[in-house]
Amino acid sequence: MNAATEAIPLHTRLGRFLSDNPLIPLVALLFLLIGALEFMRPGIISPFWLGNAIKFAIPLAMLAACQTLTMLTGGIDLSAAVVATIAGFVVSSLTPLFGAPVGITVALGVAMLVGVANGIGIAFAGVHPLIMTLGTGLIATGCLQVYQRFVIATGSEIPGMLVWLGTGRTLGLPNALFLFVPFALIIIIGLRSTGFGRLLYAIGSNQRAAKLSGVRNWQVLMALYLLAGIIAGITGLVYVGMIRAPSLSLANPLLLPSVAAAVIGGTSIFGGRGTYLGAIIGALILTVLGTMLTLLQMPEGARRVLYGLIILAVTALYVRFTEQR
Amino acid sequence: MTGILRKHGWAVGLFALLLVLLGITKLIQPSFGASNFETLARSALPFAFATAGMAVVVIVGGIDLSVASMMAVCSVTAAVLMTMMGGVPAVLITLAVGAGMGILTGALIVVTRVPDIVVTLAMLFVWEGVALLILHVPGGTAAEWLKASITGGIGLVPNALIIMFVLIAVVWLPVRYSKVGLSIYATGSDEQAAFRSGVAVGRTRIVAYAICGLFCGMGGLSLTMLTGIGEPVPGPYLLASVAAVVLGGVVLGGGRGGLLGPIIAVFILRLIRLMLTLLAVDPNVTTIIEGTIMVAVVMLGGVLMLKGRLP
Repeated sequence: MNAATEAIPLHTRLGRFLSDNPLIPLVALLFLLIGALEFMRPGIISPFWLGNAIKFAIPLAMLAACQTLTMLTGGIDLSAAVVATIAGFVVSSLTPLFGAPVGITVALGVAMLVGVANGIGIAFAGVHPLIMTLGTGLIATGCLQVYQRFVIATGSEIPGMLVWLGTGRTLGLPNALFLFVPFALIIIIGLRSTGFGRLLYAIGSNQRAAKLSGVRNWQVLMALYLLAGIIAGITGLVYVGMIRAPSLSLANPLLLPSVAAAVIGGTSIFGGRGTYLGAIIGALILTVLGTMLTLLQMPEGARRVLYGLIILAVTALYVRFTEQR
Repeated sequence: MTGILRKHGWAVGLFALLLVLLGITKLIQPSFGASNFETLARSALPFAFATAGMAVVVIVGGIDLSVASMMAVCSVTAAVLMTMMGGVPAVLITLAVGAGMGILTGALIVVTRVPDIVVTLAMLFVWEGVALLILHVPGGTAAEWLKASITGGIGLVPNALIIMFVLIAVVWLPVRYSKVGLSIYATGSDEQAAFRSGVAVGRTRIVAYAICGLFCGMGGLSLTMLTGIGEPVPGPYLLASVAAVVLGGVVLGGGRGGLLGPIIAVFILRLIRLMLTLLAVDPNVTTIIEGTIMVAVVMLGGVLMLKGRLP
């Protein structure tokens, strides 16, 4: 940070280095935080703690995938947490009535519906994604409240498979990794070397240029928000298996950290730059930070202030270093 | 006369729509009268202030996503202060806090050069947290004379409506018809052109955000006056204010529109809610319908903006 003010060549070089290798300082920060945690409470770092940290970072990292993908095109998905909540609630309320397969199908169907609604507003009406996803999130919350009264008497049951996935451990590592590792690989490889992934970067870098090069922006945006909806739905399924207590605000507290994780991971909120690996490390950093804040007995309000300041500071630093918006 | 019509065509049209809706309400509920209108005006107070603040910021070419959170901070500040001191100093401090938050947001946007939408998103989270730090469960109190001031009315005109219009006019009209107002519209329509014509663009934006903060201070105060307590969790004022601003004829992107249209739009949106309630629609369903209408309005605004931008 101080280096930036000393000399312009160094400032530019540091900026280039940071935008070329955003992961190096991130991994360093992660280990610094783990070191600080061990210093605060000696002996806390153990294989069990590690497994737990990974377990709680997974839903966050999956929700951060929604934010990373949408941010690559200069958007954001503020309805992701609501969609995850709905998916979790729907699956646990439908399972006792119709069984797990129907529950999971309906949950993902609802998630896709919200994704399509977002896509229509953003791709065709040109509404800013922030406003659009906020609106659909609000409507979806209202629908969930209405739905809840119809199923309030039926009780809830979470499919055994989801509980196994959410809470089980294999060799000390959480079972959710069985889902998350392929998921992460698909997204990382998909972004790096498929046409769709490159289109996301192209639209985010310059929407007009992409359009003039023959990209049908609306198709890409439509597919993107549908995909974000599905990812949020799957996150909800994993998360309800982990928490095992469906509620009307199940995954909502994850929204703010998911945006923060993507931003910390080096994804530009203005589009065109970012990686999913960065968002995963961002999610791990936030999970460790969360443990630290709990140890410090930081109140919820201070946490939110901190997340907001992190988003602002990281974005401002990127703007300063890279001299681009 | 035609000049006024052309200049305020949109607002006049909205007003006609409002009158039509009032007529329909009267048909649905024949007993709809002064007391119902008084309730409507009272419940519209926080929405009107949030919309006024949002409109000023949209006119300058930005957007403030933190309006609802700033109102929550002002609401809890007022409620806590009123347990310790008289109403007048508490109100003044709350308004100063609101304007201060606006100045801080504007200064951050100008200094960091991060776009408005990101800075105000971050500030949304920050103010939400601050409100929880001040008061983590609803509490505090409101001075009796403040609560009484927004109830009742003079004849058919509710006090809440008078207060709303007087406060917004007192803040906005001197700004609108001075150099500052001209700078706000100039910055909103073309920032670079405004800069090259000698407008202090940075300062103008900070002033616009300060006015927005001040309106949010009034909005937070009205929340406390309405409920008698401070509520730390932000209400649904963000989406409602954006929808009212778009419906009110302020172009997202800046430079065009006024405050009268958005205020009328607030009443239209509130009246639709009232109509649904009178039709005995479930409150949750009402929320869904209201949200759908607001999203549709914003989508329509987006389509119009896309059309307007293309030659």
